Parts: sequence; C-alpha cells; structure tokens
Amino acid sequence: MLVIKNGRVIDPATNTDAPRDILIDGDKIAEVAQPGSLRAVPGAEVFDAAGLIVAPGFIDLHAHLREPGQESSETIETGTRAAARGGFTAVCCMPNTRPVNDNASVTRFILDRAKATGSVRVWPIGAASVGSKGEAISEIAGMKEAGIVAVSDDGKPIATAKLARQVMDYCRSLDLPVIEHAEDVSLAAGALMREGVTSTRLGLRGMPAAAEAVCVARDVQLAKLTGARLHIAHLSAKDSLEQVHWAKALGLGVTCEVTPHHFTLMDEDVTYDSRFKMNPPLAAREDRKALLEGLADGTVDAIATDHAPHEPALKDVEFDRAPFGILGFETALALALEQLVHRGRVSLTRLVELFTTGPARVLQVARRIWPGQPADLTIFSFDSPWTYNVQESPSKSRNSPFDGRKFKGGPVATIVAGRVIYRAN
Amino acid sequence: MTYRFRDLLALEPLTADELRFLLDQSKPFQEIQKHPLKKLATLRGKTVALAFFENSTRTRISFGTAAARLGADTMNLQAEASSIKKGETLLDTAFNLNAMKPDCLVMRHSASGAADYVARHLDIPVVNAGDGTHEHPSQGLLDALTIRDRLGTVENLNVTILGDIRHSRVARSNIHLLGKFGCRFTLCGPSIWVPRELERIAPGVPIRCVYKMEEALENAHVVIMLRVQTERLNDPPLSANDYILLYQLNAERLRHAHRDAIVLHPGPINRGIEITPDVADGPRSCVLEQVTNGVAVRMAILYLLISGASESGTHPALEAKAAPSEAAKGKPKESANAGD
Repeated sequence: MLVIKNGRVIDPATNTDAPRDILIDGDKIAEVAQPGSLRAVPGAEVFDAAGLIVAPGFIDLHAHLREPGQESSETIETGTRAAARGGFTAVCCMPNTRPVNDNASVTRFILDRAKATGSVRVWPIGAASVGSKGEAISEIAGMKEAGIVAVSDDGKPIATAKLARQVMDYCRSLDLPVIEHAEDVSLAAGALMREGVTSTRLGLRGMPAAAEAVCVARDVQLAKLTGARLHIAHLSAKDSLEQVHWAKALGLGVTCEVTPHHFTLMDEDVTYDSRFKMNPPLAAREDRKALLEGLADGTVDAIATDHAPHEPALKDVEFDRAPFGILGFETALALALEQLVHRGRVSLTRLVELFTTGPARVLQVARRIWPGQPADLTIFSFDSPWTYNVQESPSKSRNSPFDGRKFKGGPVATIVAGRVIYRAN
Repeated sequence: MTYRFRDLLALEPLTADELRFLLDQSKPFQEIQKHPLKKLATLRGKTVALAFFENSTRTRISFGTAAARLGADTMNLQAEASSIKKGETLLDTAFNLNAMKPDCLVMRHSASGAADYVARHLDIPVVNAGDGTHEHPSQGLLDALTIRDRLGTVENLNVTILGDIRHSRVARSNIHLLGKFGCRFTLCGPSIWVPRELERIAPGVPIRCVYKMEEALENAHVVIMLRVQTERLNDPPLSANDYILLYQLNAERLRHAHRDAIVLHPGPINRGIEITPDVADGPRSCVLEQVTNGVAVRMAILYLLISGASESGTHPALEAKAAPSEAAKGKPKESANAGD
C-alpha cells in the first residue's frame, strides 16, 4: 500500500485540479480522497507530495529504444530508466530496430525484454510494411495480438500513396492508429536541416517545409478516403498543422504530436554542432509560433519526445555524416513547463493533458486518476530549479542540445503499477 | 592595432578592423612575390599539415607554396591516399595528423562546418581552405586584396556575383568580407542557384538577387564570376546552352558595368561557358593577380596563426611595425560547443 499525500492532483479526464490524497493498493488506485480524509492504513508507505503536482502517468507516443540491434546507443533497460527520470510511465517504441519490428516475434521479444529489464511500460509500435521497406504490408494482425498499439514506418514515411491507403484501410478494420512520419523523401533528399536563411548562410543543404506538408496533405486525404485513424508524428511545420486543423474540422480521425525541441528551438539556433541535427529538422520562427498556438488551442493532441539516442561515436562526427535525432525523455516536461506554462501560453491542466489524456486518446486507452485504474502517476514540481546534466543520464547516449540548460520545475517521482520507479534526490 | 587569431575558419565572425588587419599583413608578403629570391626563414622548423579531403589543385599548391616561402615544411594528406576509405573518421584522421606534431592544420573538406568541427577538437591553429558550401576565407581575402590593389579601396563598391551562388563558398566569403566595408551586392544567376534567402545571410549588408544579367551588371565596380560546376548542372538538370544564353559574361554585357569595372574569377575557368576568352584575358580581368595574391594572403595567414600560437618569430618585414598590443581575439575554444 502506498499513500500519496498533500499533492495537487491535476487530472484532465476527471476535470480535477485540487488537493487530493491517493491510496494505491497493489498496482491499482484504490481511493482518491480529500486531504486527510483517507482511511488510516497501518504500515502503508507514505509519499509526501506537498508542493508538488500529481498527474496521471505520462505517455510518450514516440521514442526509439534501439533494442534489438543497436544496443550500443540504447537498450530497453537504459531507455526506460531515462524515460522514468523524465516522468514517463509508458513509452511507445518505434519499429526501426534491427531487425525491424514487423512481425509478432520481434514484438514479443521487445515486450519480454521490457518485462525483464524495463522500468516503465513499453508499448511497441509495429512496422506498417515489411522491413519498413514500403513494399508489402507487414503482419499487422499478428503484431496486434502480440501487443502493438499502432503501426508506423517511422524514420521514413509509408513509401507510396497506394501503400498508405492500403495500410490505413487494413488498420481501420484492426482498429489501430497509423502513425505517419510525414516527409516527401524526394524533396528532403540529402537535406541536413530546414531550408531557409540559416541553411543558406551555413551552406547546409535544406529541406523545405513543404517536404513535410506535402506528405501530411496526402495522408489526410487518404484518412478521408479510408476513414482510418491517422496520427502525424513529430509535426514541425505551420502548413502541416493547417492540414491537421482542416482534417479535424471535417471530423476525420486525424491527430498529431509535437516534440519539445520543435516548440523550443528554431532553425536559426542550428550550428555545426550535430546535436542540432534531427528529422524533421528545427523549423522556422513562424512554424514554432504556429506549433505553440496549436499546443494551446487544441489542434495538437500530444507532446511526444522522439527520443532518438545515438552513441557518441556515431553522433560526434561532421554535421553531414551525423545521424538525425536527439535525446528527449528527461527534458520534455521541463521544456514544456518553460515554453508553455511559465510563459503563460497554456494552463497546467492543458500541459498535463498533452502528456496524458492527449496521447491516451490517440491510442484509445484510458488515463485518469480514479479507483480501479492502474496506479501510474507522474509527480512533478512546478518551479524548483535544476540543471540538466546529460552526463548523469541513464541513457547510453549523450546527444542532447539541452545539456547544461537551467530549468524551473520537472519530474520528481514516477510511479508505475503502484511502484515508485524513480524519485529525484 | 594587432590582432591574434586562433584559427581562420570563416570570415563571417571577423570585424572590419580584423579583416583590414589581415589585408594589411598580406602587403609585405605581396612584395616578396616580386623578389628574385622568395624564400624566407620566418617559419623555419615549423610544419604545416595540408589535409585536403576534397579535390583541389590551386588552393593546395598555393598553401604549399606559401608554407615553403616562409621556410616551413609541409605534410600532405590527399583524400585518395587517406584512410577515409578505410573507415577512419575525420576526427581520427585529424588526431593522427596532429600526433605528428604539425604547427598548423590547413584543411579542405566537402562538409560545411568540417573545419569548425575539427578546430573544436584540436589545440593547433586550423585554417579552413574551403568547407562544403560554407566559406573559403583565404579566397575571400585574396579577392579583397586584388580589388584593393586595382581600385584603391574595398569600400562602398557595387559588387556583382554571377553564377551558382547557392553552392558557392567563395561567394559567402566575399559577402562576409566586403559587406563589412559597405559594399552592396547583386547576385545573379538562374533562380534555383540564387535563392532569395541569400538576401538575408548577412544582416545589414545590402544584397539583392536579380535574374537578368544586364540588370545585375548595371554600374558594377567589381564582377565576381563563379565557376559553373558541371556536377551542379546535373542537380537540378540545367542546360549549359541555356546558361550561356542567359548568363555568360561577354564583352557586350560587360559594357553595362562601371567603366572601371574589374572581373574576378576564383578559377578554374571554363572558357566559353561562364566567361568568354576575350573577357577572361582582357584588361579588366584580374584572374592571374588573384592567383599571385593567393600566395601572399596565405603566407600572411600561416605567419599570423603559427607565430601567434608559438609567441615567437617575427617576420623581418613586419619588425618596423608598432609593438604588438595584446588585443587577443576573444574566441574561446569551447564557444562553438555551447549548444544553447
């Protein structure tokens, strides 16, 4: 038994923002009550959350855990420990492992490893096409039975409109969302960052915003055609967001996520330091502005990290050769507090929604603080100062542009299935 | 005023005073090019590593000649002979060269920012001899020196740059240097090679992109041609005939320029493509002076970086100058790494 006392509970699903005590029995929430009104439970462990916010467990819709195949960059063990430090209780892992998670045995391997070594819940995403090669549809039903929560060819888009249509059609009948890495690969070929004044000044080949928006437009049309649930991953461009807005206005099952680095940084922040290289690349000032507005007005459904570890030997090379991607788990909440809440752009409840009920809706799972629900909780501070030191990360990689950044507020404790798996010093 | 430079990676971060200093420092070395005996002992016992990870003839020879005329030894690494193909990383190659204890590394690389990246990891001065489509600082300096010799000034000139500006590291260095002296730029070429973003790469510098050659040349004091890189003609596919039709510099078009206009070209020239032979060889052409000045500029660069790094060795031609002040250029080695 665990009692979480004196916390400010923010739960968008039950429209709660009030002091509450929570009793956890085993892996479930047993009771939610006014402060001091919980029945006395002799021998129960007590977590004093005074001055802290208690939220439903955060869900990350988009991460790369690199196992199987690239264990020198990350494993399910190290990745989920980093996720726990970031306040995440569940992590969706993309299928671009080696081998690709395109069949039930790989899915089962990931889930077995997660059970044996993972700190947080791991929800695998299956490849939409065999080997994510964009040719044949993978064994999606088999993977669903094994435990995938969505399909995606992330790292690249579903190769053709025809295949995307077929995958969407199929996934509609399987009731799975299709997560799209939206990119027109011909427009993006060879690009290292977003095309604009900065790419021109640095002499780094750029991809235009249209590289993303063209693909989003294609997929929104196909969602309209098929009636499928379509989720746009790591949306970075204003024009893409307008497509999503249009789709939502039409009542289509289209959702999208935005990463903390896209709502925090811009292409003009890019230097030759490869920690600023990711895909989609950091976007223009006006794109960031639109993303911040979308996060506030509800067009954006979720914040997702796109946690993409690359070991130093791979990432510490000249900009041209460095792989795309940066770490995301441990700085996501703090960046969201910094950019969204402390600057008055969104309420705390909306911030919690973007990490909890928002992603839960994409996956059509429940996420609320209520008796009988799984005891997954994220406890965070609103304003206590701390500095991110990437050298202290449990991740095997160090590729964060936010190393050394000073934050106000961040994760304090992470509870998964009733167990405190992370607690800040 | 004396400035100390740790590396020479780009002209963009340098001030007008620093750039003027570099040009002034090249002056005595220009004189040396005219002497029958050109070899000095200034850098005797020093070693310059020349690492060219991308093909180059004239820049490599120019730096090699500059080092030799200063009395320095050189070690040469060429891409073909390097271990790059064996999978060694750029940084490992640089560390290996550095382990042979050169006093300076001159490098060219196809990746923009490659010299910046290596310089962040090495404790010897690094000279960028061209990085991808970013900058070519010594070319920018030798162009400015040539312009100053011919026109008497580098200030407040109308400069027209013609060709594939998008992919040109020379154009970027020209803009960042001459822009600090009040020059106004007109960039011209096919629109896919002259994106509008170029107008904003150097805040405060008047830059306009135009697509008609005659308009671009109007009242130009300096015309800088860029080589049409045949590999670029393929991405995107552009017809050489179309290029000649619209953008070849010939005598008739040059009449639109200022009556004292000069023509520069970083070479190698594609005669009959971007420039007609009569213009290339005509009185306005500065092509061969640029090459001669290249050696002088590179001597100045090597001299300043190596003697600055070792705090010893003063070139006789410079001894008459005022005693060096301690105006160190504030560029801590870590700065490029500070991500946010």
